[in-house]
Amino acid sequence: MGGPDRPRGSALAAGSRGEHGLRRARMDPFPISGEHGARSERHALPEAPPATVVPTRLDLFLGYLKIGLFGFGGVAAWARRVIVEERRWLTEREYAEVLGLGQVLPGPNVGNAAVMIGRRFHGLAGALLATAGIYCAPLLILIVLCLLYDRYGQLPEVAPAMAGIAAAAAGMVIGTAMKMAGKLKLAPEALVLLLLATFAAAWLRLPLPLIVLALAPLSIFASLWRAGLILNGAASR
Amino acid sequence: MTLLLQILLTFAILSLVAVGGANAVLPEMHRQLVELRGWLDDATFAQLYALAQAAPGPNILVASVMGWRIASWGGMAMATLGMLLPAAVLAWGVAGLTHRLRGAPWLKPAQGGLVPIAVGLLLAAGLVMAEASSQFGLLPLIVVAASTLFVWRTNWSPLWVLAGGGILGLVLLR
Repeated sequence: MGGPDRPRGSALAAGSRGEHGLRRARMDPFPISGEHGARSERHALPEAPPATVVPTRLDLFLGYLKIGLFGFGGVAAWARRVIVEERRWLTEREYAEVLGLGQVLPGPNVGNAAVMIGRRFHGLAGALLATAGIYCAPLLILIVLCLLYDRYGQLPEVAPAMAGIAAAAAGMVIGTAMKMAGKLKLAPEALVLLLLATFAAAWLRLPLPLIVLALAPLSIFASLWRAGLILNGAASR
Repeated sequence: MTLLLQILLTFAILSLVAVGGANAVLPEMHRQLVELRGWLDDATFAQLYALAQAAPGPNILVASVMGWRIASWGGMAMATLGMLLPAAVLAWGVAGLTHRLRGAPWLKPAQGGLVPIAVGLLLAAGLVMAEASSQFGLLPLIVVAASTLFVWRTNWSPLWVLAGGGILGLVLLR
C-alpha cells in the first residue's frame, strides 16, 4: 500500500508509444500493458497536452506549504494556481478531475485532493507530505492566535483588514472558477450542470450533500453519453 | 481522557458527513458542540469561528480551534485528527480505486462528470463569500470585482489583490 503509484522508469517502458504515451506514463502510474489499455488512455487525452512536471517529495511538501500559508479565505484558488499554473504538476483537466473527486467525498475538497495528488506522485509518503504541507503552517498560526486570544480575551484589532482580505479572497475564488470553466472547454450540457450547481448552492442555499447527490449522477451520465459510452453505444467513438 | 476520546469521536463523525468541506459541516458542528454536548455556548462558537477565519489555510481548521477551547491543546490535537483522518483515509482509498480501474474506458468520462459540479460549487462558494463581505458596504464589492478580473484575466500572483484588499480595508473600513 505504501509504495508510490507511479514507479520510476515507467516513462522508459512507454517510450515506444510516442509523445502522448510518454507523457501519460509520466503522469499516470503504471505503464499500461496491452493494446486496449494504451488505446483507451490515449482517447482520454486532450489534443495537445501541455508539458507537466513530476514533483519531488520536497517539491510536493513546499508547494502545499505555500498553498496553506497563502490561503487566506480558503485554499481553493491557491491550490489551482500552484498546482496548475506555477508548478505544472497537473494539467487543468487533470486537476479538475481530482478536485471533482475531492468534492464529492466528505472532508475538505482541497485536502482530499492533496491526499490523492500526493499518492499519485509518491505513494503514502507523498500523501503524508502534501497533507502535512497544507496544514502545518496554518495550524502553527492558529496556535499563536489561540494564545493571543487566551491572553487578551479577544483578537487584536484586525477586523477591517480581514474584511478587505475576505473580499479579495471571494474575488479570487470567483475568478478561479471562471478561469477553470473557460480553459476546460466544457460541453454545453456540462456548462448547464455547472450553473445549476452554482444556483442551487449560492441562491437556494441547498445543503451541498443534497446537490452532489442530485447532480453528480446526472452529470456523470451526461459525460458518459458525450463520450459515446452509453445510449448510442460505441458509435461516436 | 474520556473527554479527549469523545472529542476525537465527535469530530471523526463530523468528518464523514462533511461533504462540501468546512462551510457545509458548520451547522452540524454547531448542533453537536453547542446543542447536544454543551461543550461551547453560542457566542464562543461564533468567536472561535472568526478566530479561525483570521488564519490562512483550509477552513476546516475551524475544528482545531473548537477542540482547543473545549480541552486545550489535547483537544486541538484530537479535533484536528478526528476531522482530517477519516476523510483522508477515504480519499486515499478512492485514489487507489481509481488507480486500479485506470484501464476502464468509462473511468475518465465518469470522473469528468464530476468536473462541472466541482467548478460550479467553487463558483458558488466565491459568490457566497462575496455576499458575506457586502455587509461592509460598497467598497468590498468593488474589491471583489477587481480581484475576480485580476485572477480570471491575468496570471499575476493573487498575493497582490490579497494585500491590496487588506490595505484598502485598513484604510477605508475603520
